[in-house]
Amino acid sequence: MKRGSAHVTGWLLLLPAAALLALFTHFPVAATLWHSFFATPKGGRAAPFVGLDNYRVMVADEVFWRSMVNNLWFALGTIPVSIALALIMALWVNGKMRGRTWLRMAFFTPTVLPMIAVANIWMFFYTPQYGLLEKLTSLFGIASHNWLGSESTALICVIVVAIWKEAGFFMIFYLAALQQISPSLGEAAALEGASRGYYFRRIVFPLLMPTTLFVLVNAVINSFRLVDHIVVMTKGGPNNATSLLLFHIYQVGFNFWDSAYAAALSMVLLAILALVAVGQFVFLDKRIHYQ
Amino acid sequence: MSAAFTPTRAEAAIETTAAWLLGVLWILPLAYAVWTAFHPSEFSARFVLTAPLTLENFAKAWDAAPFARYFFNSFALVTMVLAAQLVLCTLAAYAFARFEFWGKDAAFLLVLVQLMIMPDVLIVENYTTMARLGILDSIPAIGLPYMASAFGIFLLRQTFKSVPRELDEAARVEGASPLQVLVKVYVPLARPTYLAFGLVSVSHHWNNFLWPLIVTNSVTSRPVTVGLQVFSSGDQGIDWSIITAATLMTSAPLLIGFLLFQRQFVQSFMRAGIR
Repeated sequence: MKRGSAHVTGWLLLLPAAALLALFTHFPVAATLWHSFFATPKGGRAAPFVGLDNYRVMVADEVFWRSMVNNLWFALGTIPVSIALALIMALWVNGKMRGRTWLRMAFFTPTVLPMIAVANIWMFFYTPQYGLLEKLTSLFGIASHNWLGSESTALICVIVVAIWKEAGFFMIFYLAALQQISPSLGEAAALEGASRGYYFRRIVFPLLMPTTLFVLVNAVINSFRLVDHIVVMTKGGPNNATSLLLFHIYQVGFNFWDSAYAAALSMVLLAILALVAVGQFVFLDKRIHYQ
Repeated sequence: MSAAFTPTRAEAAIETTAAWLLGVLWILPLAYAVWTAFHPSEFSARFVLTAPLTLENFAKAWDAAPFARYFFNSFALVTMVLAAQLVLCTLAAYAFARFEFWGKDAAFLLVLVQLMIMPDVLIVENYTTMARLGILDSIPAIGLPYMASAFGIFLLRQTFKSVPRELDEAARVEGASPLQVLVKVYVPLARPTYLAFGLVSVSHHWNNFLWPLIVTNSVTSRPVTVGLQVFSSGDQGIDWSIITAATLMTSAPLLIGFLLFQRQFVQSFMRAGIR
């Protein structure tokens, strides 16, 4: 090949994808930052520069703070439980247990369903009086309760749905990692007289660390990215008890059509995602030890 | 766990029971939906074995909203997105795997940005862009932000890098151009990766909801997920049997595909997860 032609070929191959990425990922990030310093344009006139006004509105916006706190609880509620369940599921399905094919299917099925279908199914489950949950609680003599309709329980209901949807997805990654662990490690540990619990704690679990990190990053991103079930089940209510950050952005941007304020809110979301990226980068060296 | 550690009988029994309990618990919401959809509404939460089976809920749902059109839209959407992704990601991955060009490392980092900041969170600005392009409320508008997939580029790059260079060079000695080498050597060898990426992509875009909800506004462009939401939040009253039937209907293509090709699905998702 002639000198320089590799540069040209390389860039030509990359060009189509790069153009679309620039248009729909890099440009919007920059535009979000830019527009967050302007007012929302009205009636075709150019939007005036307002400096940090949108951010001042944000600091005073109670729904924003409520959404941040909700999102934090949502993340804390879904991530550890779904990862722990995913690990247990993977260990079970990877073993020699009877009916493991059936179990794997049962655990994984929620992953292929649309989140909106999942939300519909669970909404009926939670429905006052008619729903299955009410039927079950009434068997135990518990008074009727509007699970999705009360501030104290709505967020928990939504968290349960997210766990149900995600655990099986994360299970797959653990399953893939478990199948790459050499069986000779287990044989060696058994010869040395290690117990099953010891083998898991000291050998399997450390070997799964890169997977745990990968799953963790995905889980954090998902907890800020997925709000389909909020739109369907609660619309952020009651009284903003289930409003998450992206849902608030959606409401401000597409129900109140305040795109400038939505841009400022988006900057917070982008900052959170950037933090996750930096965090992953810092922990990345640790992965190398295991590969 | 390794085969070397055979649990005692009691341990095995406890674990198997626990696993099965969790499995039943996990499938229960779906089983419940299936029950509701296939029985008359008076049995929607009454579990009597003699309850008559019916397909009427599906018929009513199908007639109450233009689901045929929604299915067509979703089908067009996933086909369009997947076709574009396969071409764009293959070309870009080939560039990253086998060419040394100026700014390669920086370009790769810029691609990886999309793994963190997915189009799902850039809804406000992307909506403005679609409005400026004049394609709001169209199927391409739903698909465009996803067509250059960082995930796909990354996955294919890893696969292409594992192709022996000798194969590449042998083809070049015979006078093949870079594109011919790509099509004749790299693409056939990456078939499992393509299958894995294809399944992940199709299920993601069939299920996607928030962005299509924002950019679409009419029957001619709505995918099934948005159609289902419009249908079930509309003037249906609350006939859960019909809503549940519609819900199962919209999930059916993926669900049936998954049940038939379980092994391929699971292995594809596993392959896509190993990086």
